[in-house]
Amino acid sequence: MDKTEVMLNRAKSRAHGPMTDLPVLLPVAERVRRAALIERREGTYRLNMQPRHAVCVVALLAVAVGSAQAATTAGLIGPLEAMWKWMGFILVGPEGAFTGFSLNLIISFFAMVIGTIAGAALGLMQISLLLPVRRGSWIVTQFFRNSPWLVLLFTIMLLFPFEIDLGFVVIPVPDWMKAVIGFSLPIMANISEVVRGAVQSLPTGQWESAESLAFTRRQTMWMIILPQCIKRMIPPWINWYCILTMATPICSIMGVEESVSYTAQALNAEGDRPELIPVFYAFLLVIFFIYTYPIARWSIQLEKKFAFKT
Amino acid sequence: MAVELYADFFREIYDSTGWNFPFLYEQYEYDRFLEGMWVSLKLIVASLAFSLVVGIIGAWAQGAESKFVRYLIAGYIQFFRNTPPFVQILFFYFVLGNLVPSYDAGGYQVGYIDSFGWAVISLGFFAGAFNTEIFRSGIEAVPESTVEAAEALGYTRFQSYLHVVFPLAFRVCLPALNNNLVNLLKTTTLAYGIAVPEMMYTANQMWSDNVNVPEMMIVLFIFYVGLVAILVYGMHKWEQNLKIPGYG
Repeated sequence: MDKTEVMLNRAKSRAHGPMTDLPVLLPVAERVRRAALIERREGTYRLNMQPRHAVCVVALLAVAVGSAQAATTAGLIGPLEAMWKWMGFILVGPEGAFTGFSLNLIISFFAMVIGTIAGAALGLMQISLLLPVRRGSWIVTQFFRNSPWLVLLFTIMLLFPFEIDLGFVVIPVPDWMKAVIGFSLPIMANISEVVRGAVQSLPTGQWESAESLAFTRRQTMWMIILPQCIKRMIPPWINWYCILTMATPICSIMGVEESVSYTAQALNAEGDRPELIPVFYAFLLVIFFIYTYPIARWSIQLEKKFAFKT
Repeated sequence: MAVELYADFFREIYDSTGWNFPFLYEQYEYDRFLEGMWVSLKLIVASLAFSLVVGIIGAWAQGAESKFVRYLIAGYIQFFRNTPPFVQILFFYFVLGNLVPSYDAGGYQVGYIDSFGWAVISLGFFAGAFNTEIFRSGIEAVPESTVEAAEALGYTRFQSYLHVVFPLAFRVCLPALNNNLVNLLKTTTLAYGIAVPEMMYTANQMWSDNVNVPEMMIVLFIFYVGLVAILVYGMHKWEQNLKIPGYG
């Protein structure tokens, strides 16, 4: 091994644990280890959606519809008809209300915006030169990362005021807005880790050469480090958005009128017919899949595009 | 009784500061709290164990000859990975729960699998989808030549699996497995949605009766963040202990 290779291996082992020249295992072992480390840093698994996965989800809906068709007794409306009847309600709620599935999207959008802004700030605090700031932000990050989402959601739902009195104006805080805040907390903590990980994954040479060119720390950060990090952060960020969207149904527990609550209501209105239940829940899975599928695909494409180009 | 030892202290705290931890000074609340904690721990252990079983069977079935079985397993993995876990739990409980035979429990029908059972099954299948992939790649990582070398040394097929393939594959799997198990621990709270009387559910009952939401929230955070911390710490130590110098 020449000197550069030794240094490279040393850098690799700092980042990923010890390396060896005599692998006992096939390359797949290394891939699994890398994936586990990335997952640990990003705080979630990567969605890996492929065209054939759509087939599975649609097949489930087809099976549900087929068996419901067979079980429908004369005089009652069939599964397809029932689905058609309630589709608008589940997707957008009563006219002009923007509830149902559209509320899932609204919640996920705002939670992502708030979580990203707060998470970026928290992530930058984690690499601050001031020890108390670094420690404090680390504790906040770890706390919100490791709490179950449902507990965070309950906390905000029950302890956040239902209106905020600013003296001259009273701002009402409806349940869905509380849900936005509840969801933005774990997103904040995880984005914070993504930011920290991306900054620390850059070779130290970047910092050193900037310093030798007389850049201040702030200039180095904004002009050299962060522009390079953005590329690394975008795929995990999109992945988090998909995970968040798929987590939004849990706020139906607290009575937020999103798609799962409305599905239960629609089923109730149809007299809780057992054959319709699978159809409606499968429909729900399909709409979540249809929405997240293109986004997750896009994330995979970006990941490939950005790989090895820093 | 355990409560009586410190009951006065916490009653004092309630009287002087308003911080109300009823499960620390009242026998009834204490029992309820312990019961909730016990159900939660059972739920976590049962779904962890079930997910491992699903993972082992899934990984084994993925190496099957039949193309149909392989497609079926691949479909299962992707389905559970790419849909919301909460909707999965509801799907299991309301859809499959309807299909399971029920018995008459004094005027109303009770299924043979209760909400706890369905929570374990759905969470186990959810985490099992990930475990399947993890175990399969772990086994794939062990070269055929290693198995052949073991055979040349006189190991039987089972012995070589037990003493050579499994120890190597397990070390490959462990980091990914840990991530998944921690994720599963946090996901078990979703069982609240189908009224499994676990910690979250019990806390909800307690704050409904005692109007002490902030206190119970603190307790919940301590409980879950503590459990995650213990699991992460234990698994990390285990990973380090299993590490073979110079390997991987």
